[in-house]
Amino acid sequence: MVTAPAATNHVALADLRGKVDPDWCPGCGDFGVLAAVQKALVELRIPNHNVVTISGIGCSSNFPGFINTYGMHTLHGRALAVATGVKLANHDLTVLVTGGDGDGFGIGGNHFVHSMRRNVDLLYIVMDNQIYGLTTGQTSPTSRVGMKTKSMPFGNIEAPVNPISLALAAGATFVARGFSAEQKHLTGLIKQGILHKGFSFLDVFSPCVTYNHDNTYQWFRPRMKKLEDDPAYDHADWMAAMGKSLLWDEEIPIGKFFERTDVPTLHGAEPVLNAGPLAHADTRIPVDVTQAFVEELM
Amino acid sequence: MKQTFAIGIGGAAGQGVATPGDIFAKIFSRRGLHLNAYNAYQSIIRGGHTFLTIRTGLEKVTNMGDRVDLLIPLNQDAMDRHLGLLSHGAACIYNSDTIKPGVGAEGVQLCPLPVAKLADITRNKVAQNTLAVGAGLNMMGIGFPALREVLAEQFKKKGEAIVSENVDIARAGYDYATTNFRPFAWPLPMTGKSYAVLSGNIAMAMGGAAAGVKFYCAYPMSPATGVLHWMAAHARKAGIMVRQVEDEIGVVNMAIGAAHAGVRSMCATSGGGFALMSEGLGLSAMMETPVVVIDCQRAGPSTGVPTKTEQGDLWQMLGAAFGDYPRVLAAPLDIGDCFKIIPEIFNIADRFQCPGIVLCDLLLSEGRLSVDPKDLDFVPVIDRGELITTASSGPNGDGVYKRYKITESGVSPRAVPGVPGYTHTAASDEHDEDGVLISDEFTNSTKRRAMMEKRMRKVAGIEVAVPPPELWGPRDADITLIGWGSTKGVIEEACEILTEQGISANQLQIRWLVPLHGDAILDILKCARRTIIVENNYSGQFARYLRSETSFVPDGYIRKYDGEPFMPHHIVEAVKEQLIGKSKLSVPAHEILV
Repeated sequence: MVTAPAATNHVALADLRGKVDPDWCPGCGDFGVLAAVQKALVELRIPNHNVVTISGIGCSSNFPGFINTYGMHTLHGRALAVATGVKLANHDLTVLVTGGDGDGFGIGGNHFVHSMRRNVDLLYIVMDNQIYGLTTGQTSPTSRVGMKTKSMPFGNIEAPVNPISLALAAGATFVARGFSAEQKHLTGLIKQGILHKGFSFLDVFSPCVTYNHDNTYQWFRPRMKKLEDDPAYDHADWMAAMGKSLLWDEEIPIGKFFERTDVPTLHGAEPVLNAGPLAHADTRIPVDVTQAFVEELM
Repeated sequence: MKQTFAIGIGGAAGQGVATPGDIFAKIFSRRGLHLNAYNAYQSIIRGGHTFLTIRTGLEKVTNMGDRVDLLIPLNQDAMDRHLGLLSHGAACIYNSDTIKPGVGAEGVQLCPLPVAKLADITRNKVAQNTLAVGAGLNMMGIGFPALREVLAEQFKKKGEAIVSENVDIARAGYDYATTNFRPFAWPLPMTGKSYAVLSGNIAMAMGGAAAGVKFYCAYPMSPATGVLHWMAAHARKAGIMVRQVEDEIGVVNMAIGAAHAGVRSMCATSGGGFALMSEGLGLSAMMETPVVVIDCQRAGPSTGVPTKTEQGDLWQMLGAAFGDYPRVLAAPLDIGDCFKIIPEIFNIADRFQCPGIVLCDLLLSEGRLSVDPKDLDFVPVIDRGELITTASSGPNGDGVYKRYKITESGVSPRAVPGVPGYTHTAASDEHDEDGVLISDEFTNSTKRRAMMEKRMRKVAGIEVAVPPPELWGPRDADITLIGWGSTKGVIEEACEILTEQGISANQLQIRWLVPLHGDAILDILKCARRTIIVENNYSGQFARYLRSETSFVPDGYIRKYDGEPFMPHHIVEAVKEQLIGKSKLSVPAHEILV
């Protein structure tokens, strides 16, 4: 995603602090994700003015306001579409997309699938809390069957989406899952996701302490099994990744499920960008070219 | 009356109506003749019926006109539908092997072509079309070399054998006409000029390229798809990133993303796609990221009639997205204007950091017009407004950049991502000058009011930047015809016909719909003797808009909502009907059956 950062770039954690502090509920999983992103950017030494953090709408989508990079806090579900435009207009920028499960897998589901098949070069972090928080607790696309919420008071009867399987099927070239309480592990995944050239999908369990009383820190902790702990696991093996993605309940894998590096990025595949980012391009088209455009019509 | 000559070619989709049309258009424009072409077609790939009208003349031809001088029916259906359109002096060239002629009006020349005798129809399936083109050009007094040249270009890719086969067939038709058919009374002249022939979609795409558009994206939708096709085909030469996106919601948001990163960004769709984009327009307005969206109107509501024209989206444009925000809305007046309007609206959108909407319609989008190449200016004025693209430019004196700084003009200098020292977040939520949300923890009614007023102050600046409309024709005319957008040409011709018939007429054509310049319009209209609003929709969308903005109520209305454009006589007859007090609302019937 970024060209090798210059060694002289020094970015301190303090530089990445947003204009205001997060207003998430105390204990919200999103704090851990914010801290991990900031740490990853410092460790990768990416200057904050070269980063654009883009979100949709929801608790977790307030993220860009809490980090000092360029930011876009867009419409519900549309962050990936906006981010694709940003990346194609200036592919020198590091693009981070942050949001929640409702934003990404519900209202934004269409853009989620198509951004992955396009291999847009960005890192998409979903803070997955299996609930709609900002609208005060309704069923989300990742809520489990049977979960009782204000919108499904007698229990959810719809099967949840499996974000990891979906990402693998849609052609994401980097697919990973983290847990916001596993800071070091999560920071590592974010760094890998940023460095990966192509679409990096990172689903992060980020518990909602206010509205989701099923999927709590206590529920997650004993179930988290790091893929890195299994030396036999090969993240280049798509079928193996698909197999692991189906595990749930007693054992839930986190870590890097899959990565492939042989697929061209969207911006890399388009020769129009060979001369450099469009944001720096001359607005005028050479006269001989425009003359040819008119001659075609004569 | 200006002398013009019109050809009508009718047949089933897939029968090759377009190719003879292209050939005639090339030959006319290269002779220095102006032309206007309109294709009435159906949403079907093979079969059905399509009727192409090409009208040519020495002066600008602004619409399809009232008269067909030469009819070329490619099947029986086309003969049956259209022979009745012909009047004295006109001719009909047809394949007498397969088509039975009807009874033409007095003075109509029926020109049967024995196609199987003149060409090997087992080899060439469209021989009847080529023979008819040859015969027709002969009757128009055009020498054969012009046709040979165009055929050679047309079939170049298919090889020399195909070229000569087609040239031979055309020649046979040409020669057959010499001995068997009477030439037309008006041999088509030749001038030293040469024109480009283009559709409104191509014009808007090229206008975008001229305006410095670097990002274009779209979802295919008739009648806007032509913009995508031109952009896609010319993207690499023009240095434009062109993407086909999963839906129009993605389209507008992707376009906004690119615009936010600093490039000029454009997209086009029709009413249905625009409906999906409307939330995005609000995003553009709230983040103050300029984007230009083209709506090519077609007959609605819903899927409606995808291949037919209408001016039925005005209120959708006026109300697109919730909340109050500054927007610019312009309707191009003709195909040449489709080119010019794009750089103009980009300058305004960039200067005032708001969405710009171009309200086109099928008539212009898919119609074709001869345009002087000199009028296609690829180096128009480009004004990007207050844009910060390098660390040294722009105000950052106090070390704290305020993206949404409250200013007198309402415009705040806009830094693009990547510039050191200007990091900020642009949000769809209400925010303060710093970009910090004032929608949750820091909700503040004083700040909210200040931000609303800051954004809305831009409206005053936009009004100054956009010229008021002007009255065309004598001030003291008997009739003032008011139109907007694509009806310019046909109203203009109706005014000429009325004046010739002793009813003096002038025209007020609206190009900028938002801002409207209501006071300037009232100044013009208060001097008018009798006013009629002409528009291509059912409810009089513009009449209602004008009334809501100015309280002005005209004396009458002429409306058409059958999917087909106005022809000059529709307006002329309606005006006369209203002058004798027969009606205040005229809805002309379309006589061409497609």
